[in-house]
Parts: sequence; structure tokens; C-alpha cells
Amino acid sequence: MTTQAHEAHAHGHAHAAPTGFIRKWIFSLDHKVIGIQYYLLALVAVFVGMFLSLYMRINLVWPNMELPLVGTMTPEKYLALLTMHGTIMVFFVLTTAPQSGFGNYFLPIQIGAADMAFPVLNMLSFWFTFVSFAIMLAAFFVEGGAPISGWTGYAPLSAVGEIAGPGLGMGQTLWVVSIVFFCAASLMGALNFITTLIDLRVKGLTLMRMPLTCWAWFVTAVLGLLAFGVLAAAGILLLLDRHAGTSFFIPGGLVISDKLIPHSGGSPLLWQHLFWFFGHPEVYIAILPGMGVASHVLSTFARKPIFGYRAMVFAMCAIGIIGFGVWGHHMFQSGMNPYTAFAFSLLTMGIGVPSAIKTFNWLGTLWGGQIRFTTAMMFAIGFVSLFVSGGVDGLFLAQPSVDRGLHDTYWVVAHFHLIMGVAAIFGIFSATYFWFPKMFGRMLNETLGKIHFWITFIGVYCIFMPMHYSGMQGQMRRYPDSTGIGFLSELQPIQQFITYAAFVTLGAQLLFLLNFVWSLWRGERAPMNPWRATTLEWIIPSPPPHDNFAGNVPSVYRGPYEFSVPDQAEDFLPQHLTPAEVGAQNGKK
Amino acid sequence: MTPVTTAEELHVGHGGGTPPPRDGGNGGRGDGAGGGMAHSVPLRAYYLGLSLGLVSILMFFMALVSAYLVRKGRGDWQPLPVPQILWATTAILVTSSLTVEKARKRLAEGSREGFRVWWGVTTLLGLAFLGGQWMAWMQLREAGVFLATNPSSSFFYLLSGAHGVHVIGGVLALAAVFVRRQYRRVTQAAAAEMASIYWHFMDLLWVFLLLLLVLGR
Repeated sequence: MTTQAHEAHAHGHAHAAPTGFIRKWIFSLDHKVIGIQYYLLALVAVFVGMFLSLYMRINLVWPNMELPLVGTMTPEKYLALLTMHGTIMVFFVLTTAPQSGFGNYFLPIQIGAADMAFPVLNMLSFWFTFVSFAIMLAAFFVEGGAPISGWTGYAPLSAVGEIAGPGLGMGQTLWVVSIVFFCAASLMGALNFITTLIDLRVKGLTLMRMPLTCWAWFVTAVLGLLAFGVLAAAGILLLLDRHAGTSFFIPGGLVISDKLIPHSGGSPLLWQHLFWFFGHPEVYIAILPGMGVASHVLSTFARKPIFGYRAMVFAMCAIGIIGFGVWGHHMFQSGMNPYTAFAFSLLTMGIGVPSAIKTFNWLGTLWGGQIRFTTAMMFAIGFVSLFVSGGVDGLFLAQPSVDRGLHDTYWVVAHFHLIMGVAAIFGIFSATYFWFPKMFGRMLNETLGKIHFWITFIGVYCIFMPMHYSGMQGQMRRYPDSTGIGFLSELQPIQQFITYAAFVTLGAQLLFLLNFVWSLWRGERAPMNPWRATTLEWIIPSPPPHDNFAGNVPSVYRGPYEFSVPDQAEDFLPQHLTPAEVGAQNGKK
Repeated sequence: MTPVTTAEELHVGHGGGTPPPRDGGNGGRGDGAGGGMAHSVPLRAYYLGLSLGLVSILMFFMALVSAYLVRKGRGDWQPLPVPQILWATTAILVTSSLTVEKARKRLAEGSREGFRVWWGVTTLLGLAFLGGQWMAWMQLREAGVFLATNPSSSFFYLLSGAHGVHVIGGVLALAAVFVRRQYRRVTQAAAAEMASIYWHFMDLLWVFLLLLLVLGR
């Protein structure tokens, strides 16, 4: 089959600017509009998720209170909050904003393209995600409410239905259906990202001249392409167990509420394997774009090339590849063969190596730089700090013997929150403060931004660091109320401290929201390149026209981080300037 | 109708450090002379997209297959005798892969009528495959073997059903190529080629699944 032999080029279709509100803002094919749609979806989701966690934190200190919208808190309601908090945050915030939000907006522009390779597919991916989110939220409102089986949806609890608890009927079904929709959306998006990046780069933009943000979106998309199909399969099997009488996950002999469950022959471990085979790459999907943004922002505001560009690319690819081999570390306590556990443990610690390479390279980028402490920069530096904190405590969990004591304690909660709930979020914040001027043509208020940063940075450390201690002391995760448990009662002051810190930190996010909304209308007008950055998004107007480069497609002549190059008039060399233009620029000075 | 040969593809930089010749742009500001076209997507992008889609479908099936293999290895496995009609449906599907290639050959030779005949035959064979699979399900039902009867029946219905759903998608793609007159983004030959790649993939996948279900019982 000679695919390239005959006509090599598709007839170029002019992507005319749409008219009409629906085509322009609702069913838009423009990657920039779609990126903003994803971002706004994630923004709504993050506030829903934060609200859920607020109620969780209140219950941990003042159990069984009467709260608005929830009524009297019960352990089951707590579990429902916890399930939905995790699900909404992991899927609709961390898998959405960094990749589908910023990636959709900036990948085409940073590679010089007018749009994604498949704009219609792009639009479909967003609307599938939207439908997925709507179905997920619907779970709150059906009889029985939201499911209580955790974001990990472990079988058999998630498979046996209403008999095992509230929310496990319709609520759980809606959860699974929502997830399957999300898988479809993510697969379509991943396909689009990879094709766009491989085939639509402009002249001169070799792979090794791509910004690290593009590399991060690329590796993330590859992970998504390979992982989400497995989650979809798991979801289908779960739906069949729930509604078609199969027993993929349900073992025989289960007696729940004095009733013998009429299933047999299934394996709960099968669910765990399928889920975590997806679940581990998923957390790298959540963090990699943040790593790309951190590299990009650190370099820009230190006025220095990223330290070790090639190593950074290698490290992201290594994290992606090894990330497929470590899923068993979520199952150390499942009774697995200790030699298997040893293998997973080695690989898990092995991932620390490329992660450390990246960390040292970020520090190396900062070292000796002319650092400009914009809010975006501070969140990028904060990202590095939190990535280290959250990563290092993971190394403890990577030892099966140590995990024996720490599994399902607050140590684990601390670990994944620091690395996902904070570091990844800091990546999103850094990207927001960095790219808001380009997206909306306005600057965010830097003073409000700095206040937001400091309260959040200190706040998250206050929230999550003490959890290491309480976890070591035996505080179990997913427990709604430990006040009646003797050996844990001395930890209550810590719980209180964490809850108060959470109040303050969540409050600071309202500052961010205020800044965001106010600046959309009243922010200072943004110039084309407020940060004096080098990549292609900074050579087009803020906000960009419909087809990005207005027909004037640039070529690329150098790498993306040419800062403080010796003997140059300016301390940055944009990627698109020809050598002659650079010479002329130097000649003037 | 011969395939249209269009202008050279949008150049994608693959060379190392050699700066490319200057284009007409002036750094992206103002309306530059020369410069690029509005959103041109090279044809190979569609093929890459298709391949990536096939990779994700493969991962989905590999998750199901690995679940099947692990479950099968446990002591209480009762193998399911595969309905004989599956040999007929498999033969139909393999034949349809041959007819789809025949159709493409006719198109390449310029015979529109030949293309339509063989492409139509392929589509009908695809529908016949699906019909036959449905009949296999009916036969199992008659024998009292349902989705939830035992693990091996569950996997049988699951694997054949998941495959069938993807074949329905394939039949829709074949039908679309059959009825479509106007092509904007790709040529008819390219669309036919891509539909046929998907179709061959479904064929090979089915042969693999059938062997899995039949062998090692």
C-alpha cells in the first residue's frame, strides 16, 4: 500500500471565521474556543470539588453536623463526597485543564498551525467531556445519590448494586457511564494532539526545537491513547456485572445485608489490575503538562535556556514509558507475590530518576538567572517545591514493607494531594497567569496574584504536611469520623489545624476567581509579548485572530529557549526571527 | 476518475540545524507576502489519525483479552463450544477483505462502476457477517447459553459483541464512502483506502479473537 506515493496533499480547506453565536461560541471548531471551553469546565469542576472537600474537612472535625444541601452528615454521605471529590478533581480538573485546556489552545499556535488536525473531532471531544461531566453531576440528584465506592470504584462494592449502600444503584451506574464517555472524549483528543504535533509543525520546527510544553502534551497524549481504552474496557465489564448478571468482578458467596449475592466466579483483583493499569498512567497525564509549563515558565522568567533540554525530553519520555510498568504499587496490600511486589517497587523507585533529572534541571535553570518574580514564575517555582515534597513521600510508599504500615493512611492522602492536588494545580495556575494575557488580551492583576500565590503556597503546606504525621500515627483514609477511636483522638488537634488551613486556602481561591473575572473585563490591555518570550504564540496579537497567524505562517530558525545569548542586543531571540533579522536587530544597537 | 494530484504538501521541518530559506513573512506582523495557506492538513495526517485510532481500539481489546486469558486459567473454566456458523461468518469477513481490495483496484484503474460494484459487495458482505454473528447469538440462546450463564459465555458474548459494534462502525464507513460524491479534505481514493485499512483491521482482529475462543479449550 503506497500511502504517500499518490497525491500527497489534501486540498487546503480555508478555515473561514464562523459567524453567529452558536457556531462561534458553542459548537465552535476553533481550537482556541474549545481550549477555553475545556478550561471553564475545569474551573467549574474545581470549585465543585473544593466545595465537596470543604464538607469533608468539616465533618472530620465536627462529625454529623447539619449542613446546607446535604442535610445531616452521615458516614455514607461522607463517602459519597469523597468519591465525587476524587472523581471530579482527577478527571474533570487535572486531566482536563492542563492538557485539553491549555494544550488545545497553545499546541497548534506553538507549532505554527492554524488549528488542530481534526477540528470537528476536537469539538466532539469537548462535547463528550461536557456530557460526561453532566452525567457525573446527575449522580448527586438521583435516588440514593452519588456512589460511595471511591474514585477508584473498587469491585465488588461498585458492582453489586444498591444492596450494598446508598448511591450504589443509579448513582454508581451514572458514574460508570460518565467515565466511559470521558474515555471516548480523551481518546479522540489524544489522537488529535499526536497527529497535529507530528504533521502540522511549521518549517524549521524540528521535534528538538519544540517548546517543552509541546513535548509534555505529546507524551501525555500518547499515555492517554494507550491507557483510556483499558479504563473503557473495565467500565464496560462493570456495567455488565451491574446490569447483565455477569460476574467479571464479583466473587461467589458474598452475603450483603443478609442476602446472598447471586454472582460467582469473578475477581475483584481483576478490577484493580484493569483500573490501575489505566490509573497510574493517568496520574502522569495529570502531572506531565505541568512539568512542561514549569520548564517553559522557569526558563522565560530566569532569562536562561532550560538546563538540559535533551535530558528534559528524555526524562518525560522515560516517565511515560516506565509509568506503564508500575501500576502494581497501588496493589501492594492485595496479597500479591512478594517478588512481583519487588519488581513493581524497583520500577516505581526507578521513575524517581527521570523525575530527579527534571528537578535538578529546573534548579539548574534558575541558578545564575536574572529572575523576574512574576506570579506565573512563583507558581512555577512552587510547582518544583511541591513536586519534590509530593514525590519524595511517594518513595516511602514505593517500599512494599513500608507501605504495609502506610497504605490507606493519611500518608497516602498527603502524597497524592501534594503531587496532584497541589503541584499539578500550581502548574495550571502558572499556565493561567502566563497565558491569560494571550488568551484574553488582558493582564491579570499581579498584586492579587501574588497574594493568591502566598496564601495558597503556605496554605497547602499547612494542609498536607501534617497529614504525613497523622498517617504515620495510623490515621486511616476514607474514615468519616475518627473522634471515637482512642489512639487517634490525640490527632484531633491536627485535624482541626488542617481544616482551618483548608478554609483559608480555599478562600484564597476566591481571590483568584475574582482576579480572573475582573481582569476579563477590566484588566490592563495586554501587549503582544508582555513577558518577552520566545515561542510562536507571542508573535500574534492578544487575543489571536481566528486562524492564528492571519495567513502569515512563520518559519522557525532556532530552539525555544534562546535567552541571554551572548553578544546579542536583546536578552531573548524569538524562534521566528530570521538570522538576517537578528543581525539587523543587533546592528541597531 | 483519476485521483487529483494537488500542490506540494505543507513542509514540515525535519532537518537538524540548517536554517530554511527565508519565506515572504516579516515575522508574522502585518500582512506578509508569501506566507502560508489557511489550515492545510496533509493527507498523511488522516492516515496517522486512523492508525492512532486503531491503536486505541487495540488497547481496548487487549484489556478484554487479558481479562479473558487470566480468567480462563482458573480451575473452574467451562469451555464454550463455538457455534459452527462462526466459520461461515469468518469466511464472509475474510472474503469481504478481498472484495474491498478488488474495489480499490478498480478505482485505481479508473473504473468507477467497477469500484461501486465491488465496494457495494463488500458492504453487503459486512452486513452478512453481522447477520451471521447475530444468528450465532440466537443459536446460543436457543441452547440456553446467555451472557451471564457462565464466565466463558460472558466472554464470548463480550468479545464478539465488542467486535460487532466496531464492525457496525466499519460498515457505516463503507456506506459513507459508497454514497459520498463530494470530497473536500481527502480524495475518494484516500477515503476508500482508509476505510479499507479499518476493515482489514477488523478482519484480522476477528480472526485473532476466534482463534482465541477456539484454541486451547
